[in-house]
Amino acid sequence: MQSEKQYIDLYGSCRDMLFSHSADVMNAVRDGAFADFSRQGLPTRKVERYKYTDMQSLFAPDYGLNINRLDIPANPYEAFKCDVPNLSTSLYFILNDGFYDKALPKGGLLPDGVIIGSLCKEAAKNPDFIAKYYSKIAKTTEDPITALNTMLAQDGLFIYVPRGVKVDRAVQVINILRSDVDLMINRRVLIVVEEGAEIKLLFCDHAMDDRRFLTTQVIEAYVADNASLDLYCLEETHAKNTRVSNVYIEQQANSRVNHNIITLHNGVTRNRTDLIFRGEGAECNLSGCVIADKEQHVDNNTLIEHRVPHCTSNELYKYVLDGKAVGAFAGRVLVHHGAQQTSSVMNNRNLCATKEARMYTQPMLEIYADDVKCAHGSTVGQLNDAALFYMRQRGISLKEARLLLQFAFANEVIDGIRLEPLRDRLHYLVEKRFRGELSRCEGCKLCK
Amino acid sequence: MARMIIYSGIPSNSGKKVMETKSSDKNEFVRQVAEQKYEFGFTTDVHTEIIDKGLNEDVVRLISAKKQEPEWMLDFRLKAFRYWQTLEQPSWAHVTLPEIDYQAISYYADPMAKKKDDGKPKEIDPELMKTFDKLGIPLEERLALSGVAVDAIMDSVSVKTTFKEKLAEKGIIFCSIGDAIQQHPDLVKEYLGSVVPYRDNFFAALNSAVFSDGSFVYIPKGVRCPMELSSYFRINARNTGQFERTLIVADDDSYVSYLEGCTAPMRDENQLHAAIVEIVVKDNAEVKYSTVQNWYPGDENGKGGVLNLVTKRGELRGVNSKLSWTQVETGSAITWKYPSCVLRGDNSQAEFYSVAVTNNWQEADTGTKMIHMGKNTKSTIISKGISAGHSQNSYRGLVRATSNADNARNYSSCDSLLLGSDCGAHTFPYMDIHNDTAVVEHEATTSKISEDQLFYCNQRGIPTEQAVGLIVNGYAKDVLNKLPMEFAVEAQKLLSVSLEGTVG
Amino acid sequence: MLEVKDLHAKIGDKEILRGISLTINDGETHAIMGPNGSGKSTLSAVLVGNPLYEVTGGTVTFNGKNLLDMKPEDRAHEGLFLSFQYPVEIPGVSMTNFMRAAINEKRAYEGLEPLNAADFLKLMREKRKIVELDTKLTNRSVNEGFSGGEKKRNEIFQMAMLEPKLAILDETDSGLDVDAMRIVAEGVNKLRTPQSSCIVITHYDRLLDMIRPDVVHVLYKGRIVKTAGPELAKEIQQRGFDWIKAESES
Repeated sequence: MQSEKQYIDLYGSCRDMLFSHSADVMNAVRDGAFADFSRQGLPTRKVERYKYTDMQSLFAPDYGLNINRLDIPANPYEAFKCDVPNLSTSLYFILNDGFYDKALPKGGLLPDGVIIGSLCKEAAKNPDFIAKYYSKIAKTTEDPITALNTMLAQDGLFIYVPRGVKVDRAVQVINILRSDVDLMINRRVLIVVEEGAEIKLLFCDHAMDDRRFLTTQVIEAYVADNASLDLYCLEETHAKNTRVSNVYIEQQANSRVNHNIITLHNGVTRNRTDLIFRGEGAECNLSGCVIADKEQHVDNNTLIEHRVPHCTSNELYKYVLDGKAVGAFAGRVLVHHGAQQTSSVMNNRNLCATKEARMYTQPMLEIYADDVKCAHGSTVGQLNDAALFYMRQRGISLKEARLLLQFAFANEVIDGIRLEPLRDRLHYLVEKRFRGELSRCEGCKLCK
Repeated sequence: MARMIIYSGIPSNSGKKVMETKSSDKNEFVRQVAEQKYEFGFTTDVHTEIIDKGLNEDVVRLISAKKQEPEWMLDFRLKAFRYWQTLEQPSWAHVTLPEIDYQAISYYADPMAKKKDDGKPKEIDPELMKTFDKLGIPLEERLALSGVAVDAIMDSVSVKTTFKEKLAEKGIIFCSIGDAIQQHPDLVKEYLGSVVPYRDNFFAALNSAVFSDGSFVYIPKGVRCPMELSSYFRINARNTGQFERTLIVADDDSYVSYLEGCTAPMRDENQLHAAIVEIVVKDNAEVKYSTVQNWYPGDENGKGGVLNLVTKRGELRGVNSKLSWTQVETGSAITWKYPSCVLRGDNSQAEFYSVAVTNNWQEADTGTKMIHMGKNTKSTIISKGISAGHSQNSYRGLVRATSNADNARNYSSCDSLLLGSDCGAHTFPYMDIHNDTAVVEHEATTSKISEDQLFYCNQRGIPTEQAVGLIVNGYAKDVLNKLPMEFAVEAQKLLSVSLEGTVG
Repeated sequence: MLEVKDLHAKIGDKEILRGISLTINDGETHAIMGPNGSGKSTLSAVLVGNPLYEVTGGTVTFNGKNLLDMKPEDRAHEGLFLSFQYPVEIPGVSMTNFMRAAINEKRAYEGLEPLNAADFLKLMREKRKIVELDTKLTNRSVNEGFSGGEKKRNEIFQMAMLEPKLAILDETDSGLDVDAMRIVAEGVNKLRTPQSSCIVITHYDRLLDMIRPDVVHVLYKGRIVKTAGPELAKEIQQRGFDWIKAESES
């Protein structure tokens, strides 16, 4: 299969249109990205980091692209109903790949100097600043999907928190997928958190139409000295959705990052998370919770690079697979020469509930420094029989006992969320999900 | 006392001065250890018939002709060779495998040739006997370790197999694979390539085309092999590769324990060793396979050394069958080796125990595959990696439970110990689980010997290098305990000695 | 209340119960004693329906119903409670959620509405007092991080919550210091009613000083080899089991 051909042809014929509807900073790297994509093509399953998800077949269908930036009518407040209630967040919308500025939260919610807005427009306003960060850690030479996104993305989200500013109120961004035809979306997010600044972000993906969506997303996040970033991603779309999301995070000294991906409903999802420690004393927690059934496919692929000493990384990914779901986790911790006093723990725990469900797990350690504490563990198994029996002896039915244990299993990840209303809401959603009362993007209905 | 020798390339250091824990001293000690010479690097001056360098169909035909093989064997080789020509050398392992010039290697070297040409019955050149004596492998049965039968192989040819007749009394066949092709063609035809087909991988295809000698073992139904069987491999000739092939068949209700050891002279250029070991285990049978691999690892600058590219696999075909691989890997410049188990039979059990030590510029990428296919199958993986110097040591393993493998169980534990700040320790486990009743657990840790541990030992009067030996042995104990007695003592000594003072 | 007739059971290929017969009437407390490996814990496991054990013969009726046909949870709903010798830790499942599920499933079985949150918490508060169980413990995951004594107290607390008709205390005294044992025994005594019965499985008679049995049975090699009044427990404390073993084997 040569699915890349249509994208190469598309770039050839639409290059001018892409350029004319985007910012110079984004256009400046477009041709380079095109060259990188053309050289690499779409990854086959022989490419180690893509071995569990077949990009060739996912990118083969002919999707529409909104390169001409036509106005798509939408009422994001329909999605607002999907919102996590009582979260008191500052709420923003991304309509497909564009920042939706017709429904901004009331003024005064964000501290001075904080910017949350259209990447394209901010890049036009502050080209020098954005150019310092845009397409820097998301290397187009190393990942063909990142190259494809860089070559086609025209807009997205820019988040900036200036030095020393702490944004108390969490910022919620709803990615709305809205289209009357099958659509490909290439979304771009740039997050810059300066020295000592703090922000908590919650990204929720919602599909409003029963169409096939193919989304590529590249997030670049720069977290400076003593800064803190929480990035929670909740995916609740539907079976016709394919999402390939590449997240790149760079941490400076004593910074802290919490990045949590919860997948409740989707079609095919592939999340790549690359995190690099550039300054000493930094800490990260990466986690993920996947609850999948039917033919859902969720692939989390992480790389944590300890380039400097004294950093701490923790990873916890948990999967509950039912039906014919396929789960994959490949985590790699790379401790570079000289990165002494590294502490790293990676855990991947999985439950398979049926014979048809499949789990692939690959926890990897690559270590070039001797004074380190690194451990990883991975299990695939079933619920604890002794616990099940204990619960039944107390009169709890087998079905209920299973639910309680599955719920407890998933909660270990959710309990790591440092945003209490979100945590509570997720406890609720996860329980609903396990009870089969949340059979597809029905968050909206639930809240209506 | 004559015994199988397992050595480290670092002679024991009785009388060496006690090292302080100050790091400058330790570095000095590391340097001293690194400068120790490989003890078994001598060459044997014996007339050896070596065919011209290069690899083509004629060479394959020549090897087959030299071994007076039947037509079917030549066909097997030619098919493998033609397939090999379509392949590329694999590059996925975490080693820097040099581009090997397969035309610069001679594929057949026979140190026994002179005698054979006389048309007289085989007599062993006394030089060869001396060589194996020097290696600690006496080929005269009266001198041999009691309870161990040896097939000694130098370069491309089996020099001698001891205790053949005694074993034959029980119906056990233990001979070189060359002899087996002549004398037991039906058995060889049935099993050769049935576990590792020539299409398996690049080096398996190469071996299938040009393999020279190796051992063949057949344990008949219900027979418990009364002694340890062993092969001893020695590369001697220059610019040759060794492509041995071992085939072990354990019929229903049988048992055998098999040992393998190997050495090579010191040479500046890399020597290629691409072997295949195939094991078939039938109903209720049990095979234990132990390896102490100490090919020449190259010098302290990473020059020379054996490229050890080996495919080892056992198929547990029968119900309740058992197979265990135990390996102590200390030699070779590059090791690429994954002794694997295919658990086809219901209730079959497989084990993999490994200690891999790398020092200087050695690179090892080793581990196992456990493919669970039968019901109620169980596998255990215990891997201990120890890296020192500038070496790279990787564990790579696959555990797969197919949809038929109900109640499959696997436990894997992979630990790495780093001695020094310039080496690497890596873990690449893969788990593919396609069955909801399977339980698979993997855990791995990476650590170093702590200053606290060393100080505690020092305070009790144990000098640092001895403490390191103790701690490393404790670390590797789970694996060393699995070795047969003859190996275990030497292996323990080897670990203590080879890593002394490498904590930097 | 409970009628066991010629009960045989095995685990794997090993036969452990070789014909147990036992009748317990309403309001009675029976002690089952016996040396290690005699089958005491197996008997309790079989009665509550642990799937690891296979019943190979005999019958068990509980208030007129065939117990052996019931799922473990239904046996619990019928009023059978086992205080486990080794209560399992269940990480992530809070004691509150766990107990609420247990109480409400029992109520559903009895055709009652689920308890509302306020009533449920009130019930928890009341029952906790019986075994002096700290609030901190009921806020944790089930048995997770509990000491040995706390686990046993937690078992009796759950017994108080579920108000069983027949409670089986499997070595509830093992690993307890004197104070903890007093709390547990007092808790059990408070929960006794003229209708409820109890089986106390123990090695020693210490617990039996505090929970007075009506009948004492000695189990040996999977059979009840001696049955007598509470004085038998005293005799065993003084003379051990050897004389009973000898008696039963002669």
